[in-house]
This record gives sequence, C-alpha cells and structure tokens, in this order.
Amino acid sequence: MNIVVCVKYVPDAQSERGFDASDNTTDRENVDGLLSELDEYAVEEALKLVEAGEGEVTVLTIGPEQAADAVKKALQMGADKGVHVSDAAISGSDAPATSLVLAEAIRKIGGADLVLTGMASTDGSMSVVPAMLAERLGLPQVTFASELTVDGDTVTIRRDGDAASETITASLPALVSVTDQINEPRYPSFKGIMAAKKKPVERWSLADLGIDSSQVGLGAAWTKVEDVTKRPPRQQGTIVPDEGDGGARLAEFLASQKFI
Amino acid sequence: MTQHPLELFAVDGLIDSDAKDMRDTVRAVLADRVRPHIAQWYEDATIPARELTRELGALGLLGMHLEGYGCAGTSATAYGLACMELEAVDSGVRSLVSVQGSLAMFAIWRYGSEEQKQEWLPRMAAGEAIGCFGLTEADFGSNPGGMRTSAKRDGDDWVLSGSKMWITNGAVADVAIVWARTDEGIRGFVVPTDSPGFTANEITRKMSLRASVTAELVLDGVRLPASAMLPDARGLSGPLSCLSEARFGIVFGALGAARDCLEVTIDYCREREIFDKPLAAYQLTQAKLADMTLELGKGVLLALHLGHLKDTVGVRNEQISLGKLNSTREAIAIARECRTLLAANGITGEYPIMRHANNLESVLTYEGTSEVHQLVIGQALTGESAFR
Repeated sequence: MNIVVCVKYVPDAQSERGFDASDNTTDRENVDGLLSELDEYAVEEALKLVEAGEGEVTVLTIGPEQAADAVKKALQMGADKGVHVSDAAISGSDAPATSLVLAEAIRKIGGADLVLTGMASTDGSMSVVPAMLAERLGLPQVTFASELTVDGDTVTIRRDGDAASETITASLPALVSVTDQINEPRYPSFKGIMAAKKKPVERWSLADLGIDSSQVGLGAAWTKVEDVTKRPPRQQGTIVPDEGDGGARLAEFLASQKFI
Repeated sequence: MTQHPLELFAVDGLIDSDAKDMRDTVRAVLADRVRPHIAQWYEDATIPARELTRELGALGLLGMHLEGYGCAGTSATAYGLACMELEAVDSGVRSLVSVQGSLAMFAIWRYGSEEQKQEWLPRMAAGEAIGCFGLTEADFGSNPGGMRTSAKRDGDDWVLSGSKMWITNGAVADVAIVWARTDEGIRGFVVPTDSPGFTANEITRKMSLRASVTAELVLDGVRLPASAMLPDARGLSGPLSCLSEARFGIVFGALGAARDCLEVTIDYCREREIFDKPLAAYQLTQAKLADMTLELGKGVLLALHLGHLKDTVGVRNEQISLGKLNSTREAIAIARECRTLLAANGITGEYPIMRHANNLESVLTYEGTSEVHQLVIGQALTGESAFR
C-alpha cells in the first residue's frame, strides 16, 4: 500500500509567534519552525501501516525553504521519500489554494492508496484542508480518526464524538485525517537520522504542477485578514484573603465561572 | 532578548546537522521520559535501569559511536553531545550509558572474538542486555595493575576468583567484563552474570549518584570456557583504552550538569527579588554568571575540539585527560557557585543544583581522579612519570 502523508511546517509554539505587518499573514521567516506536532500522528500511522504490510510512505509538504525540515523530520522517523513544493507565489495561500497545490502534487506523485493528514495544523487550526483535498481528488474522506485499520480495499476508522463513537468505513483509495489520540509518534532513531540524508526528496514549483500562479497566493485567497491585534496580557488573578469564609468564597468563584 | 550561555559561544555552528538532530532528539526524549521523574528517583535512590536501557536502546544511543553489530555508527562528537544531554538530566543516567556503551560494549567491540561480538553487541545495543565493567577493586583504584582478582587455567577452562568494587550497573547487569590477573598478565573475560559463583552486592547509602546502580562483584571460583577470554586485550592497556573511551563521554557529560545548573540559576536570578529588584540585577550576581558562562563555554569548545580530533585524526589519552580534568573541575565549581545564588533553595530537591553537585563529586574522581589526570598531563609535558 502506498501512502502519501501531507505535513505542514509550522512556527514552533514554544517560541514567540507573530504576523507579517505588511500583509497580516503568519510570519514564517523570523521564527523557528518544525513539523506540526499534529502531523506526526499521521506520519506515525503511515509508518505503522507500511511496516505491518508493504508499500512506501511519501511525505508531502508545501512551504518555503525551511519547510524542508518538516520533510526531513518525517524521513528521519522512517518515511521513504519526500516531496517539497516550494514557490514564492504560494505565499499567503488560503485553504482552497493549499488543497489545490496538494491535489496536483499527489496526482504528479502518481496518486496513493491512502492519503493521510493530521486533524489540523497547529498554526491555522482550520481542519478544512483534508476535506477540500479529498473533494479535489474525488476520494472518500473519513476524518478525525482515533483508530484506523485497513483490510483489503477497505479502511475502517473510529471517530470519537461527545455523544458517541462512530465506526466508519470507506473503500480505498481514500483520505483519512487522524487525531492526536490515534498513536504515540516515535522519536527518530539515530539510524533513522543518518539514513534520512540519503532518501530522495523531490522539489517542485507551481510550473512543475501545471498551476498558474494567479490561482494561489494572497491575491487568490477567498478571505483576507484585515487586522491583527495582539491579545492583551492576562489580568492578574483575584486574591481572596481567608477571613474564615475562604472556602465559601472559593466555591462562589468556581460556581460563578461554571466550574462547579 | 536574552541569550543562552552557549549561544554566546555560537557552538551550534561547530556541530554538523546529524549530531544536532541527535542531540535534540535525546533532549526531547529525556524531557519526556526522564526529567519529570529524576528528582524522585534520586530521592528514592533508584533508577528503572532495565526499562530506561530499553528506551535508550530503541533510540540507538547505546554504543552509538561503534560500527556494526546493531550499533548506530555515529560520530564521536554526536556521542559526546548525547552524553551532555544525559548528564544535564543526571550524572547517574549518563553513567549507565557510559558503562554500557563505552566500557562494556567497547571492550567487546574492540577486543572480543567474532562470537562474543555476535552474542552480545546486538542485544546490548538494543538495550535488551545490560553490561558492566569490573576493573577497580576495593584496594586498587588509581593503581589497577595491583589487582588481586585472578584467573587460573583448569584444563581448557578459566576459573576466576576475587572481587571488584564500585561497579556501575553491577547489580542489574546481564554480562560483566572482568579484568583479572593471569600467568600471562592482565586479561579480560566476558562473564555472564548468571554464572555459578558470581554475585553482585548493591552498594546503598550513597550520597552521590543515587539514581545509579553501584555494586561489588564477587567472583567465587567462577568457571568459564576458554572462549570467554577477550582474545585481543593483553595487559593493562586494554582496560585503560576502554576508560579513555568513557572519559571522552565525561568530558561532554560533566558540562551538561554544569549547563543545567547555570540555566536554572539564571532563571532563578531573574525571578528572585532581593530588596526591590531581581537578584540578576546585582553586579556580584552578574560577575558570577559571566565567569561561570565563560568556563562552561571554554569547556564546551575544548570538548568539541576533542570530538573533532577523535572524528578525524584521533585523540591521544593525554588530550582526553585535559578534557576530563577541565570539565569535571569546572563543572563542580559551577554547581557550587550556582548554589550560592540559590542560597537555601539550592540545597533542596526542588532544584537540581545540589543533586548535580553531589553527583559531580563522584564524576570528579571516577574514571581517573583529577590528580591522576594532572599526572598524565605532567608526564606528557616533562617526560617524567610521577604516579608513584
């Protein structure tokens, strides 16, 4: 089974994140980035499926030069090859444009039996790209999988909701997005780190994918961020001096905030 | 915008990307699996050695700089940097790895027969088998050549008798590399710890390296086949070369402990208010922090230089001695200086300072005391041997 895992290079949540003042897009130049943690679950699930059977894992990303790090991390974890789509015109693309580029890249890869994605990116957090991508590729989409099994030509997932857990099946080829409950992503082993350098990584531009630059980027985006305001620093908490009624006042506070 | 002490020295530019990725991976794994528990393990004088060894083995950390037999085959510098991360958590954790990879595995890898390598190295690399290294005896530390443990021929077999002291991993090991006196000088033996006559008595009541297993090994007529002897190690140079391997890890490791102390201390000084301003805003504090940072950075630069030598033209024993002497001496000085800045908080288990300082007391003297390393360097400079 051949699997394509779509991954995103995102700003490290541990460091100071911000927006580009000129166009209100996420600042990707001046912050440390990494493979989105939520995408590590998709990489791990792909590796487990291939290790249990056969086939190969291709990791696909779109992003600037530094996004090669996200591909490298997935290759270190054990993916077989990488595809990095990079083109200055892509900067500022919204979810529809992102899904367009991913879809064309997957077609150029030669399709896949299974396309895996994380449940959301840790920066944009929209969770819509998997659905858009499935639509563009004409694949059944089964999203938010917390369990995944493949049997012959059928993929079965469990989706956990507030009220119930659903078991959903789809025929392959299909697209599945996975949650952070599905597995525990491995750390790259030292052998994996050394082997990653020798694995093939393709670099494609928009032209390689036959996409016109007017279809992507900030100019083609359906929505625009008009303004960005930094969230004010947190207010200092309330200090309740205990004058014999501390317990009651604590309970009142918790009740007023609907904690109890 | 503040800088980390090692950012000031821009050391990352001296490290290749594989070694950096390995270092960062070790740091992440330890932050996840070991750091949250280490203070309690130290307090309880315990370490889940078997479980931890398996986890580190899965990563490829055990015997990582050795080639073949399931070992990762990384650079020596990458190994050193891994030791720095391990010891930034605790010297006991680094000791476990040093003894496994640089003493036990290295002895087999360098001096063992093909059968011994096939039998032990893949399992030890994977962390499924734990090794220890028996050279030191209760009365023979800096003078191991005086050892009393003997191996006598009985037909084709060898019979080992004697005892070894201060043996890290001793009570949890599956295999012990034991050095013994024979008619043909000192030889090494691969001793499965389930051999009849072999016992390991754990040494408790330690004030240092509490998250590390230390034992006395007793060999009471342990009978081994001829194939148990390490064929290619003759005389003291064998075990001493293993020690030199392990010392290389300590050169980096001890600085990890110092780095952790300094990071914690800088954070503490920036938060802690004395009179009406942060402790960090006083000149005496800044002088201490600057001096400690300077020694840490110089030590790391020396360690990386030794790593570069080892990865290219080779590193000599007296050069390893320079690093071991410097790293351990400066690390313990940094830990103690950090303690003065944390004052009473510095002695508690809430902060790692006293734990590192206590550990470094052992690191200062094991694998060659500072004084022995001064004599190694002195001999290199003068041509005079002043050991005795």
